[in-house]
Amino acid sequence: MAVQTGGEAEGSARTGPAGPSQFSTAEDTAVSVSKLTKRYGDLEAVRGIDFEVRRGETFGFLGPNGAGKSTTISILCTLVKPTSGTAVVAGHNVVTDRDTVRRNIGLVFQDTTLDTYLTAEQNLRFHAELYGVPRAAVAPRMRQVLEMVGLWDRRESLVRTYSGGMQRRLEIARGLLHAPHILFLDEPTVGLDPQTRSSIWRYINDLKQREDITIFLTTHYMDEAEHCDRIAIIDHGLIVAIDTPEALKASVGKDRVQISTADDEVAIRELAERFGIEAALHEGLVTFSVESGEEFVPRLFAELDVPIRSVSVARPSLDDVFMSYTGRTIRDTEASSADAMRAMAQRFGRR
Amino acid sequence: MATPTTTEAAAPQGPAVQPDLTDLIRVAVPERGLRQDLRAASVVWRRELIRFRTDRLRMITSLVQPVLFLFVLGTGLGALAGHSLPPGVSFKTFIYPGIVAMGVLFTAIFSAGSIVWDREFGFLREMLVAPVNRGAIVLGKCLGGTTVATFQGIIVLALAGLADVPYNPVLIITLIGELLLLSFTLTAFGVMMAARIKQFQAFMALTQMLVMPLFFLSGALYPLNGLPAWLTVLTRIDPLTYIVAPMRRAVFSHLNISPAALHALAPGVSWFGWTVPLGLSLGIVALMGVGMAGIAIVEFNKTE
Repeated sequence: MAVQTGGEAEGSARTGPAGPSQFSTAEDTAVSVSKLTKRYGDLEAVRGIDFEVRRGETFGFLGPNGAGKSTTISILCTLVKPTSGTAVVAGHNVVTDRDTVRRNIGLVFQDTTLDTYLTAEQNLRFHAELYGVPRAAVAPRMRQVLEMVGLWDRRESLVRTYSGGMQRRLEIARGLLHAPHILFLDEPTVGLDPQTRSSIWRYINDLKQREDITIFLTTHYMDEAEHCDRIAIIDHGLIVAIDTPEALKASVGKDRVQISTADDEVAIRELAERFGIEAALHEGLVTFSVESGEEFVPRLFAELDVPIRSVSVARPSLDDVFMSYTGRTIRDTEASSADAMRAMAQRFGRR
Repeated sequence: MATPTTTEAAAPQGPAVQPDLTDLIRVAVPERGLRQDLRAASVVWRRELIRFRTDRLRMITSLVQPVLFLFVLGTGLGALAGHSLPPGVSFKTFIYPGIVAMGVLFTAIFSAGSIVWDREFGFLREMLVAPVNRGAIVLGKCLGGTTVATFQGIIVLALAGLADVPYNPVLIITLIGELLLLSFTLTAFGVMMAARIKQFQAFMALTQMLVMPLFFLSGALYPLNGLPAWLTVLTRIDPLTYIVAPMRRAVFSHLNISPAALHALAPGVSWFGWTVPLGLSLGIVALMGVGMAGIAIVEFNKTE
């Protein structure tokens, strides 16, 4: 039987991102997670999370490496069984209804899963056959997704000859080939240069215009999280905040000032004594938040005894949001968690 | 832009392509079923053929070893062994069936090893997350390996004349049939190993370690009769023995030699003096292949 969830009700061409939830029926929920946990031995990767993703939404999971993002996305994609709790994707339980879930989702993994010794077209054909795309639909759909990512002209080239960005685009095209209702992107732009990253985002945003699709992505790039309709910030296996990027930034509300001084220790002490400001060292700079950065900087120069070498003032970004919720910048966490991840990867082996 | 013409329902599921407002091609992915599994198995099989076709180097390198054994070892040892062979029968002819089997051996196992390779480079994941029966994927892989290995064996078969083996159609068809069986069993063996082994180098090291004993114990290079007891036991355990013996029987029954010489050179496998019939011999190989493919399916169903 053809499984075709009623995505394309006549005349309801979706325009722009999904609005806020006016109503929340099962029809409108793409992903629903409740009390989800996952343990690996004594390591608790996911420690009881709840959230919902609405249909048509671009939902981002933001957090440092090892925060539980990949584990969560793996559970949602039915690749990992949860220890407890439930996850419903595209209306089906990820544990009891694995195949149906898989048919309705597209996956783009962090590491490439292309056969680089085949051409782009051969890779897509393979996928189409594996997912049972009706034969008559294969050729037109293939052309459509390849044109969408700008690779139609290169379809007969071996994937080996593709650049990293092109390979990622091809993977996105492949993930879309069987017209899934939800596209999962695990770190879609990791390891790509900034230009390529922004071009990938152009394709993703374009895709949102053209397909009736929900996008669930994980990232640890703050600037990427801005492309999402809603973000969940995850740290140590728990969701610490979940909202639109704007609302999250508004909740922080302060400008971030970073200064480099001759003696950071003294500067931190003086900031505390004279301004009552709590500053800390992040990324080697004295970092603190104030209501209005531009007005504060002149006072800083006038009243601080320690010579200041440089100053930067930034409007609240998701970086600040992350910091205000977790007490660390996302880059702070990288150094320590990289070791933990490596240890974990060795323990469980790479799949 | 692609014009998604509404097709005459090719799939029994009904027309699945219908252009909508945004010229978006809707695809209805059908329920899992036998039909889907067959399509999946078939595409995995076809990929194996594409990969083999584009890998000319592998085709040539896989030939080096059989050619080396047949002509260098065969000629060299032939000078020594020639005295114990009936007139008109060369040592090259004697080892030829085993060498054909050898041509298949490496290709089949290497082909199965590509699973480990795929695992390392991620492509295996693409296959394992698909909404199809894992068994279909394992089967497709086994059949793919069977096809390319048999093809490789046919190239060695083409050298028959150089080993004084006649190009008899019945003989060639018999040998191809036996090669198919052997290739399937060997690929299934490789796939079973690949289910557990995560690193390509480890796979190659382990299979290299197993392949040579399998080959040497198969009676490919010497007759199975009159061996010391320990070697007799080992040769009877080696599954390759049960295919090399029928292949040799086939070759020698198409040579112009006396029945006594035929019996001496290609007596078939015997257990405690009882000659294992051809059907049972082939049945053992087939059963092992099916059994190992079954284990491989179970193993792959367990992962992820």
